Amino acid sequence: MAGTWGRFNIAALVLGFAFLYLPILLLVIFSFNESRLVTVWAGFSTKWYVQLFSNQGLMDAAWVTARVAFLSASIATVLGTMAALALTRYTRFRGRLLFSGMVFAPLVMPEVITGLSLLLLFVAINFDRGFATVTIAHITFSMCFVAVVVQSRLISFDRSLEEAALDLGATPTRAFFQVTLPVIMPAVISGWMLAFTLSLDDLVIASFTSGPGATTLPMKIYSQVRLGVTPEINAICTILIGIVTVGVIAASLVNKRREVIRRRDEAAYA
Amino acid sequence: MKSLTSALLNRVVIAVPYLWLLIFFLVPFFIVFKISLSQPAIAMPPYTPTFDLSEGLSGLWAGLSEMSFSNYLWLTEDALYINSYLSSLWIAGVSTVLTLLVGYPMAYAMARAPENLRPILLMLVILPFWTSFLIRVYAWIGILKTEGLLNQFLLFIGIIDQPLVILNTSTAIYIGIVYSYLPFMVLPLYATLEKMDQSLIEAAQDLGCPPLSSFWKITFPLSLPGVVAGCMLVFIPAVGEFVIPDLLGGSRTLMIGKTLWNEFFANRDWPVSSAVAIVLLLILVVPIVFFQRAQARSQEKGA
Repeated sequence: MAGTWGRFNIAALVLGFAFLYLPILLLVIFSFNESRLVTVWAGFSTKWYVQLFSNQGLMDAAWVTARVAFLSASIATVLGTMAALALTRYTRFRGRLLFSGMVFAPLVMPEVITGLSLLLLFVAINFDRGFATVTIAHITFSMCFVAVVVQSRLISFDRSLEEAALDLGATPTRAFFQVTLPVIMPAVISGWMLAFTLSLDDLVIASFTSGPGATTLPMKIYSQVRLGVTPEINAICTILIGIVTVGVIAASLVNKRREVIRRRDEAAYA
Repeated sequence: MKSLTSALLNRVVIAVPYLWLLIFFLVPFFIVFKISLSQPAIAMPPYTPTFDLSEGLSGLWAGLSEMSFSNYLWLTEDALYINSYLSSLWIAGVSTVLTLLVGYPMAYAMARAPENLRPILLMLVILPFWTSFLIRVYAWIGILKTEGLLNQFLLFIGIIDQPLVILNTSTAIYIGIVYSYLPFMVLPLYATLEKMDQSLIEAAQDLGCPPLSSFWKITFPLSLPGVVAGCMLVFIPAVGEFVIPDLLGGSRTLMIGKTLWNEFFANRDWPVSSAVAIVLLLILVVPIVFFQRAQARSQEKGA
């Protein structure tokens, strides 16, 4: 195998992945550092984790972020799936061009502009900024990501399955929930996860659209990083990295299992 | 009755996301546009409503007659803005090229990897993307600063005898952008390289073409759609980037996302920051249109 793949390729991958993972790895290692200095190793310690959990400000921010992410990802998944259905199923409706433009534009819109424009809207209609406005902002940009993910799955979906259900007397709603939705479910789930992490991650849009009492974790981390590095931040970053890693690995295992079951079923019917 | 409810459902499926995007995407955009055309004193906080809806059409006309391009003129008068735009384009351009140089060999190696390894390699590329962007940029501060890990390492192995100043320079921004956007470059490149017909290379080699020249004459041209897609996915967001220049670039390096942020949060000049946003969008329209054309062309070819 090494003959066709080559040393050059292996070197490219090793260097590339070292570049991608070394900073994260160093962050994790130094979160267990005894010293306050982030660059000097002074022995193993979990004291920053202990301090982290007694830091009320950070804990509050984490709770706000989790609620915003959960709520916005869930609503964005519903809206994004609807948008994907509208774009793939209904080739002709009034303003379709505008609609597809609005679905794709937020994907390339700089965050500073999305944040600024939403803030100006909330100010214009006199809407108090806080938890609700951050959630609305996150729904708006992440529904577009969900739409793209679900749409790519819907395009390859065999519509005759749904038509068969309709011919057999299922109502359109029932056909959707019993035939279409189960088939596109992996895409819907990964859309939700994408929306969830986008929301967890967002600093810029949240900074524009949140108000007093709704400080998200990235906003808190950002302000602390600007004041000077604190080891607690390393600890909270490590926890977040851990959660995401476990989540992604679990999701891929579930996907793999589903794939195996699907193949087995197909083989059984064939 | 059944068709009636289904027609109603169809409408709901279209109307709900449509209305949401109209209210929270399109209308805000017009408000930015409107404020960018207003006099600084009117729109600066304390803020008066943009559209006086109660006055109906006459209110709209009153608003239109008050339009002023002074904010845009201001952008051309102060060198800060022009320099920010130019330096954003330059930094994004250089980082895009660097990302391509790092990402291409990776994508190439992945596409040539044994088939059972590919899904794992793919996941390894995507995984950092799921972990917080802010955290990953933050991790670089500890590496790049003067007493940071990179300098410690270089001093230790004896390449340098004075610590390098990297943090708070544009070099740090390049590193940050290449690092953060690498998956966006690798994934489209991998997609085009993976489905490329290997027999073309074999044929070239059978006919005596050396590997390097078969790469330039066959592999690279065939991977161009992926190169274009990857470059655009890096370049477009990099132009408006805020977090990377702010955390790694220090106060002296200019980027337009940071200038807009400062204009808004520090100077609280809403009309000028709106004008900055509109001009930024206009600049980005060119690469976006170019990208969409290239996408459409490659889709036509594929079909």
